[in-house]
Amino acid sequence: MAEDNTQGRIPTVIADDVHIVYRVNGGGGGKGSATAALSRILRRDKGESRGVRKVHAVRGVTFTAYRGEAIGLIGTNGSGKSTLLRAIAGLLPAESGKVYTDGQPSLLGVNAALMNDLTGERNVILGGLAMGMTREQIRERYQGIVDFSGINEKGDFITLPMRTYSSGMAARLRFSIAAAKDHDVLMIDEALATGDRKFQIRSEQRIRELRKEAGTVFLVSHSNKSIRDTCDRVLWLEKGELLMDGPTDEVIKAYEKETGK
Amino acid sequence: MSAPPSPDDGLSAADLAAKYGLSVSGARPGLRDYIRQLWGRRHFILAFSQAKLTAQYSQAKLGQLWQVATPLLNAFVYYLIFGLILGTKKGIPQDVFVPFLVTGVFVFTFTQSSVMAGVRAISGNLGLVRALHFPRASLPVSFSLQQLQQLLFSMIVLVVVAVAFGSYPALSWLLVVPALALQFVFNTGLALIMARLGSKTPDLAQLMPFVMRTWMYASGVMFSIPLMLEGRPSWIADVLQYNPAAVYMDLVRYALIDGYGSSNLPAHVWLVALVWAVLLGVVGFVYFWKAEERYGRG
Repeated sequence: MAEDNTQGRIPTVIADDVHIVYRVNGGGGGKGSATAALSRILRRDKGESRGVRKVHAVRGVTFTAYRGEAIGLIGTNGSGKSTLLRAIAGLLPAESGKVYTDGQPSLLGVNAALMNDLTGERNVILGGLAMGMTREQIRERYQGIVDFSGINEKGDFITLPMRTYSSGMAARLRFSIAAAKDHDVLMIDEALATGDRKFQIRSEQRIRELRKEAGTVFLVSHSNKSIRDTCDRVLWLEKGELLMDGPTDEVIKAYEKETGK
Repeated sequence: MSAPPSPDDGLSAADLAAKYGLSVSGARPGLRDYIRQLWGRRHFILAFSQAKLTAQYSQAKLGQLWQVATPLLNAFVYYLIFGLILGTKKGIPQDVFVPFLVTGVFVFTFTQSSVMAGVRAISGNLGLVRALHFPRASLPVSFSLQQLQQLLFSMIVLVVVAVAFGSYPALSWLLVVPALALQFVFNTGLALIMARLGSKTPDLAQLMPFVMRTWMYASGVMFSIPLMLEGRPSWIADVLQYNPAAVYMDLVRYALIDGYGSSNLPAHVWLVALVWAVLLGVVGFVYFWKAEERYGRG
């Protein structure tokens, strides 16, 4: 995809000095007792009220992503990678700064919409609807999703509630549902490492297919190998700040040096 | 891949975005667009409400039988306390009082649980809100739809009770449909308001049970408001009788129970029911939509 990168690069995602702040209730220092909570309410320091703690997760990140790019996000745990993805998707409002996107970026993942008490079958439909697919699209792809997940390889599991699945099986079904939809701007959050070896190979292949269909891909992963395999540009986040932005090899090398690997 | 010189260098982010037609991510759509998007998600809203309803009892041995057994037991407890022990029937004949009480309990529970589900609709589903795109109003609407389906199960019990106490199916029973439809719109509006409030202040989930219980006792669930307040200034009874919960309860009772005639209803009751529904429906929807882009923040 290098050829259309050189001339007439078309931006698909622009992040302009994005800051994101989480507000956490009940994290406000001191003892967790009722009297402590009461005194916090009474004290009420100006503006910063009542035991609400702020977590500044992303601090002033600016970058422009272009069509055809696959961008990896790396950084240690809690460095703000997933938060940044959510802001790009428009799911978490930025405290200040703006994110501009072409179309609707979507996060690969439906975990939150699925219910453990329902059968796999109903979860496929529910998850598909939650991602915005129509009933017809789901009907068309239903068999594909089930086959891809391999849930039925060991008997008729798809008609059992999801809580009866092993964690690997559940992860496979979740990935299969999530990967069933086509996306303009696709964001993948460590989805590669699900299931057994056989399924990992299958899911990596599916992600490559999705990448071809999507305009721009973001991948969050702790596996430098999968970043190297899929991405041509890498953003390195640390403590919410953009530490480095450049070609994969360069950034990964610096990151490995820093983390002592 | 070092950046080649391009005519776009030196453009500010906003200008660059404008040049290529990019839009601000997560911006709130216009009201008309929002309604269209919500309508586009109707299958999700319905499927989500049904899934919640099924998931509720899926671990129980009796399974979905609890959909009917729960309201039945509920009605029985209220009958035990208010019918037999406290005797709040005061001037209502026995064959009217039991269906009167059961109707009151079910219809009020419909509003009560819609409000309670509304409070937690956003704050209890932040994971979902932060993972997927959909008009956020889908959640509160879906939860009140779940309560409507729950109420339909309760109606089975209610029909049995009504018949057992001598009220037989008649044409007037059809009036239940518009009454509950209006109540559903009212509940949804209320749930939307509570969802926005609850997303900012999750503490409401702790507070609301007390508010709802007070509302229940003030709405004449287990007694007749005019009979109970005989001899008091009439405006008190008027206020209580025109409160939306009492209005919808009275309409369903009037439709179902033979011995509960129009003399028990306040004047212009259908108009009042309609006004409450439209008022809360419109206000709730607009109020919820106004904060659409901020729900992910929690």
